[in-house]
Amino acid sequence: MKRYLILEDGSVFPGEGFGAETVTTGEIVFNTGMSGYQETITDQSYNGQIITFTYPLIGNAGINRDDYESINPTAKGVVVHEAARVTGNWRAQMTLDEFLRRKHIPGIAGIDTRALTKRLREAGTMKASIVDAADEHAFDQLRALVLPKNQVAQVATTQAYPAPGTGKDIVVVDFGLKHSILRELSKRECNVTVVPPTITASEILELNPDGVMLTNGPGDPKDVPGALDMIRGVEGHIPMFGICLGHQLFALANGADTFKMKYGHRGFNHPVREIATGRIDFTSQNHGYAVDPNSIDPDQLLVTHEEINDHTVEGLRHRLYPAFSVQFHPDAAPGPHDAAHLFDEFMEMMDAFSANKGASHAKTY
Amino acid sequence: MPKRTDIHKILVIGSGPIIIGQAAEFDYSGTQACLALREEGYEVVLVNSNPATIMTDKEIADKVYIEPLTTEFVSQILRKELPDAILPTIGGQIGLNLAMALANSGILDELHIELLGTKLSAIDQAEDRELFKNLMQKLHQPIPESAIAHNFDEAKAFAEKIGYPVIIRPAFTMGGTGGGIAKTEDELRTITENGLNLSPVTQVLVERSIAGFKEIEFEVMRDAADNAIVVCNMENFDPVGIHTGDSVVFAPVQTLTDKEVQMLRDASLKIIRALKIEGGCNVQLALDPNSFKYYVIEVNPRVSRSSALASKATGYPIAKMAAKIAVGLHLDEIKNPITDATYAEFEPMLDYVVAKIPRFPFDKFEHGDRTLGTQMKATGEVMAIGRNIEESLLKAVRGLEVGAIHLELAAAKPLSDQALTDLIVTPTDMRLFYLAEALRRGFTLGELAELSHINIFFLDKIKHIIELEDDLKAHPGDLEVLRTAKRNGFADQEVAKLWGQTMDEVRDLRRANQLTPVYKMVDTCAGEFASTTPYFYSTYETENESQKSGRKSVLVLGSGPIRIGQGVEFDYATVHSVKAIQKAGYEAIIMNSNPETVSTDFSISDKLYFEPLTIEDVLNVIDLEQPLGVIVQFGGQTAINLAAPLAAHGVKILGTSLDDLDAAEDRDRFDEIITKLNIPQPVGDTATDKAGAIAIGEKIGYPVLVRPSYVLGGRAMEIVHSSAELADYIDRAVSVSNDHPVLIDQYLVGKECEVDAICDGETVVIPGIMEHIERAGVHSGDSMAVYPPQDFSQAIQGQIERYTIDLAHALHCIGIMNIQFIVHDDQVYVIEVNPRASRTVPFLSKVTDISMAQLATQAILGLKLKDLGFENGLQPLRDGVHVKAPVFSFSKLNDVDSTLGPEMKSTGEVMGSDSTLEKALYKAFEASHTHLPAHGIALFTVADPDKPEAVALAKRFREVGYQIDATAGTAEALRAAGIRTKVIAKLGESGEDAILDAISDRKLQLVINTTSQDKATTSDGYRIRQAAIMHGVPLMTSLDTARAIVQVLESRAFTTKPL
Repeated sequence: MKRYLILEDGSVFPGEGFGAETVTTGEIVFNTGMSGYQETITDQSYNGQIITFTYPLIGNAGINRDDYESINPTAKGVVVHEAARVTGNWRAQMTLDEFLRRKHIPGIAGIDTRALTKRLREAGTMKASIVDAADEHAFDQLRALVLPKNQVAQVATTQAYPAPGTGKDIVVVDFGLKHSILRELSKRECNVTVVPPTITASEILELNPDGVMLTNGPGDPKDVPGALDMIRGVEGHIPMFGICLGHQLFALANGADTFKMKYGHRGFNHPVREIATGRIDFTSQNHGYAVDPNSIDPDQLLVTHEEINDHTVEGLRHRLYPAFSVQFHPDAAPGPHDAAHLFDEFMEMMDAFSANKGASHAKTY
Repeated sequence: MPKRTDIHKILVIGSGPIIIGQAAEFDYSGTQACLALREEGYEVVLVNSNPATIMTDKEIADKVYIEPLTTEFVSQILRKELPDAILPTIGGQIGLNLAMALANSGILDELHIELLGTKLSAIDQAEDRELFKNLMQKLHQPIPESAIAHNFDEAKAFAEKIGYPVIIRPAFTMGGTGGGIAKTEDELRTITENGLNLSPVTQVLVERSIAGFKEIEFEVMRDAADNAIVVCNMENFDPVGIHTGDSVVFAPVQTLTDKEVQMLRDASLKIIRALKIEGGCNVQLALDPNSFKYYVIEVNPRVSRSSALASKATGYPIAKMAAKIAVGLHLDEIKNPITDATYAEFEPMLDYVVAKIPRFPFDKFEHGDRTLGTQMKATGEVMAIGRNIEESLLKAVRGLEVGAIHLELAAAKPLSDQALTDLIVTPTDMRLFYLAEALRRGFTLGELAELSHINIFFLDKIKHIIELEDDLKAHPGDLEVLRTAKRNGFADQEVAKLWGQTMDEVRDLRRANQLTPVYKMVDTCAGEFASTTPYFYSTYETENESQKSGRKSVLVLGSGPIRIGQGVEFDYATVHSVKAIQKAGYEAIIMNSNPETVSTDFSISDKLYFEPLTIEDVLNVIDLEQPLGVIVQFGGQTAINLAAPLAAHGVKILGTSLDDLDAAEDRDRFDEIITKLNIPQPVGDTATDKAGAIAIGEKIGYPVLVRPSYVLGGRAMEIVHSSAELADYIDRAVSVSNDHPVLIDQYLVGKECEVDAICDGETVVIPGIMEHIERAGVHSGDSMAVYPPQDFSQAIQGQIERYTIDLAHALHCIGIMNIQFIVHDDQVYVIEVNPRASRTVPFLSKVTDISMAQLATQAILGLKLKDLGFENGLQPLRDGVHVKAPVFSFSKLNDVDSTLGPEMKSTGEVMGSDSTLEKALYKAFEASHTHLPAHGIALFTVADPDKPEAVALAKRFREVGYQIDATAGTAEALRAAGIRTKVIAKLGESGEDAILDAISDRKLQLVINTTSQDKATTSDGYRIRQAAIMHGVPLMTSLDTARAIVQVLESRAFTTKPL
């Protein structure tokens, strides 16, 4: 079926519809990963967004039961050059087309995704729509569209739930978490409680966990102001690790500012340098906002990681508290496992903190 | 860490002559590495024996030695140059082996020379099976289980432990002889027992068979700070079991989930880090198509053919970065030259699909064994870039130049279903085409996947192509169907065939409807960052990124995939032409399809179009670029064949006009010219049918030389001795017709020589004459040749000069041409004129110090040779004697006859230069791995007409201390002449293979074998030659070559004479 991708700037890309046949609107972004479309599409950080894949062949390995990053993805659309009709992987249970139909996500194929990517690179991300007719009405609708500001609320859990383990007790504050974060914690035998983003500091302190994890999530960190008090109330008392949106919230809570990037970082070939050691990891990234390096109060926060090409702030550590955060995904999925060691560092931080606490307790008593 | 300042002078080792498995990719990597080191301010000394490379140009290094790659010669260079370090990892296996030999000889310690890049211990760990196995175990990286068995029971016990199928490899047999895959106990028994018999140590290796697994490659790099990156991953279309060099390969991987990609990425990086490689490395992995199970197959701790492919596939210059890492730079200190905005510490992301298809030599070797397995057989490869698999695959198919513009093979049509099935089960070079034929016949994807173990995802792509054929057939003239076909890589010519139209009608329809290709940039980053790389591929999308610049431009056509007869020499000439165009102030645009070469390095030209060299693809680029004209003289037959169709489309052919090109290649027109010029040539005529051919043969008198017109490298050229042989040739080798006439010439015995001439329409510059060592009848590409000529009088040289000048004028040559002469009874005859650059260009350019391709390009661009300081005629003689020797790859190819004849068979060449002929010959033999000890045994087995000459030769061998063995007939002749000769029974005479045993036991140091025109491959001579090749015993099939080598032996020996 002939469909159209239309952009806020007036451009029209004719293509073939696949997946769900509904009209969709959202913010259009591009991702440069050559694999991992299943993980990407099911990543809740893409809530409200139309995802363009720069690699032209998407769906080659089908969709399998293992690689979901959430069960009900809320991306608004998928733009590809070509969607595979036959899959070539033993784990495939269905084609991408079938999956998108089931999840009510429209897709469009046959697009010059490179031309589209270059447009987004030059003009920045913008509103877009997949429609049946690229007429004036469609453009009016698109221009009238106001992008939502309650994205975290749309995708995060409203009820706390456990992911039991036998090791450390972790509270994971869900802003739109990727399952891979839970998998990394599970690998380390953590006893996890996932809590809603609306949780307060005192509620967390009552749970008395060994550590708190701030997850990734969609949208502008400034749309989640409630989390800042929570972070300020918890940090210092319990070791904390933030990822992606969690990183941005951690920065905001400690006086730094964030800004919207022109077209963000979406892909998994971003080299990130750990400033202290010079170590470089290739990282999985998906963010449209970043921490403004000039806004960082050096008495509060230390920049620990940077992207080697554009020097984006990729990691922060609190000067006084056992708390750190990274802009990228050490949980990968999709992407390289280079930075998985950060989860181990989180574990070590909790060990050190409790040892310290034990020591200071010993002194007190 | 910044680059090292404690070293100043670096010796770079090249890879030597081109052989199967080690080809032009090392010219590319070597050139890049040398330039990168010089860019960092180091003094670079290069040694390589291969003159036909850009790498051995004077401009590439501070000092270039074209010398044999042996410890003897390289040690001498080391003592003279005293470099601080050696870079051994960019000269392929040859470079690595030589570096290891030098290290073992102690000279590196003695002279305090360091090996840069990867350490020897790492190389050992990667190359030694046992050390590699230990390392993999330590890293918990699985490799296929294996065990050594000395009897069937041991083999059986192992097979039962790990499960069938298993691979059996007999120990110490060459080229996998006697090995095989056993699926059952019975098969295991048969193969093991046979293998144990064949193995001199009665030992076989039994290994888990992973044939059928997905074959995945990772190209990785690491620096001294332990930064490690994946430059590219690739997935073979052909599963494990076929050498990756012989497989169709796609980049990036296609059928893997991210989980699998990352699992294999982790494994590859773990390995490169454990090996502490400083530079590039190739990791080959086998992935079970039905689980996460994988095996590490092989690790190459150096740049390789795959790294050249990966460089071209991604735009990321691996060899250049490897050289910079070797001198201490870190990846995050080097700018990515593609984007200039990012660092080399970057993993490229592709937004296109790359297909590579190997190019095989079986068009030359009609009797060759075409079965593919673990021994690589391809001589070259073609790469194509598209936006989907169908597009890149079909572009690659038409770039192959195997007579197929589409995935369709006429030879597959008459096959029975059973025969077709067999050809799919047992892979040969043309399996891709057989798969397409099977799908046309209605075989299902499931059936084909079961027969071939090829992933159904890939097979479906071929099926899609077949569906599009049907769609086109059903909708002639339909623009939407055409659009879909074009987006999937269909050639206009194929569409035309399906529509019953001409190619031009389809092209016109397309153009009238704006259905034209756009050109997209290869930028390493999938468009994420702005970049200005002038590296493009065509596709049918909306946005075109290649903008015509405001400058006047010239388009140079490259020579496509490397094959026998069209090797790296043509890439050399292409690159030089580009340089001259740039120097003249024009924009140089290049089109080529070969990923291995220097010409397809985007930094060589102002713009690179990585495209198949077909008329459609070239016209499309011309439509966009509107160049002043096209240069076709340097890209071999590939480019010259495009001259006529291009001119027919109104394209300006620069240099010699199309009409004159035709005059040189059309027999009748050429005869007319040569008669008018009063230049003698062997009597000959053109036949358009069999009867005509025989009439001509009888008129001229046998023997005659027969060949089809318009060929390169003497394809299907033979000397025939009778009408019966001629009739047989015509039935077998060519389809003779009015469009494809056959040329029949008188066969003159004499010395051959050749010249290249550069002409601007007035002045004719002849850089030099190359005299062939082998007499007429051996293809010029397979002959040893010497500059300056040794046996020609001034008068003869004067004749050659005059004929050359006359021909250049008469053919209105603008640019370069090549003429082959034969000197018979003190008279020079013209045998052949090629109105284009020949394979002698790099050799002669180097020995005469005249950049011939550049000079020719200057003439083509309208400059006058006189103004450039050149006089008419033969140029002043240069110092020294220079010998070119051919190098063959027979040991890689089963069932290919090694007897030299008018069909070219060599894959590469070396050069030996010194002050005397004997010294130069010695070096040429050494460089081509034809090493003869001072004494030993030479086996003579020669045809009757050669016996008198053999006697003279044998005497000389005896004199320097060789003993002579001979077969009965030859021995009789030798003994009659008083030469002490031991008779060795001819094969089968005594029921034993005494000769074969002597060869395999290395009792013989040299085999001299000539044949009469006996083409039967079962003949004794054939078996003797094969045995010599298999066991690495020097083999001479021409008495002239033998004479040259005895001349060397004589010059090295003192004479001992009784009083």
